[in-house]
Amino acid sequence: MSNEATLNDHTTDTNHSEHSDVHHQQQSFVSKYIFSQDHKTIGKQFLITGIVWAIIGGLFSVLFRLQLGFPEQTFPILETFLGRWAKGGVIQPEFYYALVTIHGTVLVFFVLTAGLSGTFANLLIPLQIGARDMASPFLNMLSYWFFFLASVIMLSSLFVHTGPASGGWTIYPPLSALGQSGDGLKIGMDLWLISMAMFIVSSLLGGLNYIATILNMRTKGMSMTRLPLPMWAILFTSILGVLSFPVLLSGAILLLFDRNLGTSFYLSDIVIAGEILPNEGGSAILFQHLFWFLGHPEVYIILLPAMGMVSEILSVNSKKPIFGYMAMIGSMFAICSLGFLVWAHHMFVTGLNPFLGSVFVLLTLLIAVPSAIKVFNWLTTLWRGSIRFTPAMIFAIGFVSLFISGGLTGLFLGNSTIDIYLHDTKFVVAHFHIVMGVASMFGMFAGIYHWFPKMFGRYLNNTLGYIHFWGTIICAYLIFWPMHYEGLAGVPRRYLDLRGWHSFNQFEDLNKLISIVTIIVFAIQLMFVFNFFYSIFKGRKVRVQNPWGSNTLEWTTPINPGHGNWPGEIPEVHRWPYDYGKGGRSFIPQTEPFGADESKDH
Amino acid sequence: MVIVSAQQKQKIRPQIFILWVAIASIIMMFAGLTSAYIVKSNQAGWQNLAMPQLFLISTIAIIGSSVTLQLAVSSFKKKAVAKFQQLLGITVLLGILFVVLQCFGFKQLWESGIQLKGVAGAGQFLYVIFGLHGLHVIGGIVALFVMLLKAFFGKSKIATNTPIEVMATYWHFVDFLWVYILLFFIWIQ
Ligand code: HEM
Ligand SMILES: [Cu+2]
Repeated sequence: MSNEATLNDHTTDTNHSEHSDVHHQQQSFVSKYIFSQDHKTIGKQFLITGIVWAIIGGLFSVLFRLQLGFPEQTFPILETFLGRWAKGGVIQPEFYYALVTIHGTVLVFFVLTAGLSGTFANLLIPLQIGARDMASPFLNMLSYWFFFLASVIMLSSLFVHTGPASGGWTIYPPLSALGQSGDGLKIGMDLWLISMAMFIVSSLLGGLNYIATILNMRTKGMSMTRLPLPMWAILFTSILGVLSFPVLLSGAILLLFDRNLGTSFYLSDIVIAGEILPNEGGSAILFQHLFWFLGHPEVYIILLPAMGMVSEILSVNSKKPIFGYMAMIGSMFAICSLGFLVWAHHMFVTGLNPFLGSVFVLLTLLIAVPSAIKVFNWLTTLWRGSIRFTPAMIFAIGFVSLFISGGLTGLFLGNSTIDIYLHDTKFVVAHFHIVMGVASMFGMFAGIYHWFPKMFGRYLNNTLGYIHFWGTIICAYLIFWPMHYEGLAGVPRRYLDLRGWHSFNQFEDLNKLISIVTIIVFAIQLMFVFNFFYSIFKGRKVRVQNPWGSNTLEWTTPINPGHGNWPGEIPEVHRWPYDYGKGGRSFIPQTEPFGADESKDH
Repeated sequence: MVIVSAQQKQKIRPQIFILWVAIASIIMMFAGLTSAYIVKSNQAGWQNLAMPQLFLISTIAIIGSSVTLQLAVSSFKKKAVAKFQQLLGITVLLGILFVVLQCFGFKQLWESGIQLKGVAGAGQFLYVIFGLHGLHVIGGIVALFVMLLKAFFGKSKIATNTPIEVMATYWHFVDFLWVYILLFFIWIQ
C-alpha cells in the first residue's frame, strides 16, 4: 500500500512510457498517512472509514432482521454482548428502533455519500482530468477530518446511557423534537444532529473542491466534452450536494433549537405524558419540506457517482465506445435539475394539497425519461461488445439490473394515488433498497474492483470477487424481492413485531428466509472486506501500467503514483475517452494525437 | 464544437471560484430559513415583532467596513503598505463593532419580552437567522484578523492579490446578506 512513486520500467502499450526516475519524497508517517493532503490518500481514508461504517450498518441490519424473522425466539448470546439492550436475549423495542435509525443513517450518509463520493471523487478527479491535486488540498483534508469527527460523534452516541437516536433516519418531529418521547430521543438525538452537522460541513468542503477542480484544473486539451463520464457524474453530484445539504443544515439547526431552547418551529399543541406543552404555532410538516429538499437530491447524490463509474467500466470492458455520450451528460443534467423539484413525493400522505400533489407526480414521473435513456445507453453499449467479465464488469452489469428493477417500482410509488396505499409499507423499503441502496453498493464495488490496482498497486482476488458478486446479487434479490409482496399485502415498515396481525402470519416463513439470507449476505461482505485488506498487502502485484486497456489518464501515471501523480509533465489530451474498438485497435488512449487518416467523428 | 481550455490560462482563479460556490451554498442555507419563515408567517398564532433601531446602526457599521475593506484592497494593489494596514485594521474594528451591536440588539429584544420559549413567531426566527449570520461575520473577522497579523508581522510579503480579493468578496457577501435579511424581516411580517 505504498504511496511513493516507483520507477516504472515496464513497457506499456501507451505511448507515454518514458518516465524519469522520481525522487522519493521524505515525509513523516503522520503527514503521509494521517494528515495527508494527497488526494489519493484522502480517497483511501474515506474508503476505509466507509468500510468500517458499512460493517456496522450491515451488522445492525442482521440484528434487527433477527427480531423480524424470529420474534418469538430468544438469543441469549445477544444479551452477553449487548446487555440490557437485549434483556433475556430479546432485542428491546427502544433498541430495535435505534438499530434501524443508525442503520439507515450511516448507510445513506456515511457509506454511500462519504464512502462513495469521497473515495472516488478524491481518487479520480485529479487523475482523470490531469491535475496534480485538488484545487485546495487543504480544504480537502479538512473535509475528511470533519467526516472523521462526525463519525466519532455518531459512534459515541452508540455508547451513551440512553442509547443512540431512534426516531428513524428521517428524524421527523415532533417525535425527534421532544426528549420526553423516548430514551433514544434524549442525548442520542442531539449527538445525531451534531454529527450530521459536521458531516454536512464535510460534504460541503468536499463538494466545493470537486466542482472547482473539475471546472478549473483540467489539463491541456481536456475540454468538458472530453471528460470521462465519472467526472460529469461527480460534478453533478457535487452541485446537488452543495445546494441541498445547507437546507438540511437549516432544518437541523431549527430542530436543535426546538429540542433545547423551547422554540416552536415544529411544535404545536402537544400533550405528552399528561403535560401540556407551551409550544404553539409550529409545523411538523415544515421539517419534512426542509428534510426532503435534501432527502430527494440525496438519493441522486448516492446514485450519480455509481452511474458515472458504471458507464466507464461498461465501456472499457465491452471494448466499445459508450453509447450516447452527450445523451448521458444530458440525462444526468435532467436528473439533477428535476431532482430538486420532486421532494414532495415523499409527502403525499401529509395532507398535501392534491393539486400540488399532482404537479409533483408529473415531475416525478418525468425523471423516468432520463433514467430510461441511461438504461438504454448502457444496454446498447453492452450490445455486441466483446465483453470481458472482470469482477468490476459484472458488478457494473449487476448495477444496471438492479437499477431497472428498482426503477420500475418507483413508477408505482410516484403516482400519489398508489402511494397512498403503499406509503410506509415494506414495498417502499424494497424499492429504495434495490434502486438506491444495493444498486449504489454495486456501483461502489465495481469502482473498487476496477480502481483497486490504481489505489494499491495490487489486484483484488478474482475468485473471491466472483463469489462476492454472485452471492450478493442472489441474496439481494432474495431479500428485497419478497418484500414487495409483503408491502402490497399491507405489511407496514418500522414495526418490530407483526404477530398481532393474523393476516400477516402467512409471511412468517418468508420473514425467516429473509433473515437467514441477510446473515449469509453479511458474511459474504465480510469475505469481501477480507479480500480488500488481504490484497492491499498480499494481492497479486500490478505489472503493467494499464491493466484494463483503458483510455483515461489515470492509467498513464506510474503504477504507484507519488504526490503530484505524473513524474514529468502532465500529459496533454487529444481525444475523448471512449475510442474503443476504433480502426481495429481495442483502445486508443486520450493522450494519443489523431492519426493522419483517422476520422474525427465521435 | 470542442472548447479547449489549457490549464495554464485559467480565466478565474480556483480559490475565487471555490468561494463563489461556497456563497451559493450559504445562500441556500438562508433561503431555506427565510422560506420556512414565509411558510410559517401565514399560519395561525404567528407573533410579529418591532425591529430595534440598533440593527439599523449596525447596518451602518457593516456597510462602512465593506467600504474600508475595498479601499484596503485598492491600496494593496497600489502597494501602499501603511495605508493598507490601517484600512484593514479599521475594517476589523468595524466588524467587531457590528457584532457587539448585534449582541446589544439581541439583548434589547430579549428584554422587551421576545424570547425563545413558547409560541412561534418572527422573534424565534430572528434569533436563529441573525445569529447564523453573526457566525459568518465572526468567521470573517477571524480571517481578517489573521490577515492583519500577517500584514504587520509576516516574514514573507503577501505576493499575490488573491487572498485579499477572496477576503473582500466574502466580506461584501456577508454585508449584502445582512442587508437582505434585515429588509426581509422589515417587509415580511
Ligand atoms: C444487508 C443488506 C440490507 C438489509 C437486509 C437491510 C434491511 C433493512 C430493513 C429490514 C429495514 C427496516 C425496514 C422497516 O422499517 O421495517 C431497513 C431500513 C433502512 N435501510 Fe436497509 N438494509 C440493507 C442495506 C441497506 C443499504 C445498503 C442502505 C443504503 C441506502 C440501506 C438504507 C436503509 C434506510 C434508509 C432504511 C430506513 C431506516 C428508517 O426507517 O429510518 N439499507 N433496512
Ligand atoms: Cu424522492
